[in-house]
Amino acid sequence: MLDVNAIGAETKPPTRTEYSEPRWRVITRAAFPFVVAAAIWEALAHAEIFPAQLFPPVEAVVAAFVRLTLAGTLAHHTLDTILRLSGGFVLAAVAGVAVGIAMGRWRMAEDALLPLVSIAAPIPGLAYAPLFLLWFGLGNVSAVLLVGFVSAFPIIFNTWTGVKAVKEIWIRSAQAMGADNQRLFRHVILPGSLPYIFTGLRLGLAQAWRILVGVEMLAAVPWGLGWLIFGAREFLNTDVMLAGIVVIAIIGVALEKLVFRRIEDFTVVRWGMVT
Amino acid sequence: MTASPERRRTIRAGITLLAAAALYEAVAQSGLFPAVLVPTLPKVGRTLIALLSDGTLLWHAFYTLVRVMLGFVLAILVGVPLGILMARLRSVENFVMPLASALMPIPSLAWVPVFILWFGLGDTVTILIVFYAALFPTLLNTWTGVRTVNPLWLRAAGAMGAGEGALFWKVIIPGASPFIITGLRQAFLRSWIAVVGAEMLAASDWGLGWVIFDAKEFLNADVMMASLAVIGGIGYAFERLVFGSLERVTVLRWGMVRAAIEHRRPAARPLPSRA
Repeated sequence: MLDVNAIGAETKPPTRTEYSEPRWRVITRAAFPFVVAAAIWEALAHAEIFPAQLFPPVEAVVAAFVRLTLAGTLAHHTLDTILRLSGGFVLAAVAGVAVGIAMGRWRMAEDALLPLVSIAAPIPGLAYAPLFLLWFGLGNVSAVLLVGFVSAFPIIFNTWTGVKAVKEIWIRSAQAMGADNQRLFRHVILPGSLPYIFTGLRLGLAQAWRILVGVEMLAAVPWGLGWLIFGAREFLNTDVMLAGIVVIAIIGVALEKLVFRRIEDFTVVRWGMVT
Repeated sequence: MTASPERRRTIRAGITLLAAAALYEAVAQSGLFPAVLVPTLPKVGRTLIALLSDGTLLWHAFYTLVRVMLGFVLAILVGVPLGILMARLRSVENFVMPLASALMPIPSLAWVPVFILWFGLGDTVTILIVFYAALFPTLLNTWTGVRTVNPLWLRAAGAMGAGEGALFWKVIIPGASPFIITGLRQAFLRSWIAVVGAEMLAASDWGLGWVIFDAKEFLNADVMMASLAVIGGIGYAFERLVFGSLERVTVLRWGMVRAAIEHRRPAARPLPSRA
């Protein structure tokens, strides 16, 4: 199978599957691994190698999911998690983009802030959690602030890089054509650095999402998916925990696919910054 | 300006750090906040030295490092071969890809409570969480790397009579190495985040994450800050020393420099996410 032509064919762009294949085949192919995985899980669960309490069959997880959805608790947990995520992320986006642009535009700001940012960034976000809990108490304030603080770093770094990477020649030609500072910023620097800023926002959101679930377990918030999973452990409700993880996976996929692809299509791609 | 940019930057960085330290010290000394929560810098320094010299912090760091390494190596052993298989065999790709993209957005910490139920508190949980966190960056980057090996090189090697083994070890692996190393780098950063969180939640009695979380119970903010410094230091050292030199001995020596630089170029290349 290591023959050269096959390799050549393999390295074509990844869109190769969508050419002329009917839709149902694509869907079937994507669904097949899940069916196999579920079947293996089901077989293991019914073989009773592990206690059913700890390793519930698929139908028990589905039942828990339906039960929690009908009772409205799952929706409440999800809503609180999403609110916390958006709160922290908006905080990080505003602060991160502002700091990043300042660092990219003024050398003073860059020299002053870069050392601080590069010292604080490599420390894993959750390591700050106990400190934040001490300073701001258990609950929402700590959770939102920590998520914001942690997800600000990728945004700062990427915005800074993006502003610095705007082509010198664009800036000069805009100035030659008589653009003042404000116009230069709005029409050249901002669009020019947007691909980087979006990469930063995307990484920041992923970061916020990864941290938030852990924070919810530590910060003892009354609602939230992280808390749902962590709390269910006390009562050995493995089915509830797995249902919670399914919701987390769905939100994660949705964040990536729906939120960011959309925004990118509307701005960066339309302005011709990336193809 | 007479000073070289390099020197100017160092001087300004020094000034910033001194100013930040002085500001913090002023806040700590002012007595606006309880001294337990905002310890003065000399106190943090003394704690750090005390914990380092009696060896406790080193043991904690040792335990954390062992856990990270085990999980990380496990992830490499699974992720790299699987990534290569995915890139070479369409059927493997079709099977693994949907599963991977469904599991990837689940933060590794969401599994902590489930794993605690299945495997009990302790090392197994921590190592598995690190494995989960490190697996996906390794897998996806290997897959991309092998797929994007320049087909021209493969044909050239084939034309010069390279056998399957030679083609694999001399062309595909070096060709994919910039991506694989990027993947390992990302994987290590993620593991480092995951291990701290996992140690907080699945506490055994050693580990840097556990120290920080345990210090919260006794309001030992100085211990927390001292361990934060150690965590940051180790993360930084790994990123710079280990991966920097790894890149030097492999990618650069194999003459992949240009390829490595080229793949660093494209517009929106994400900077490694950190937190």
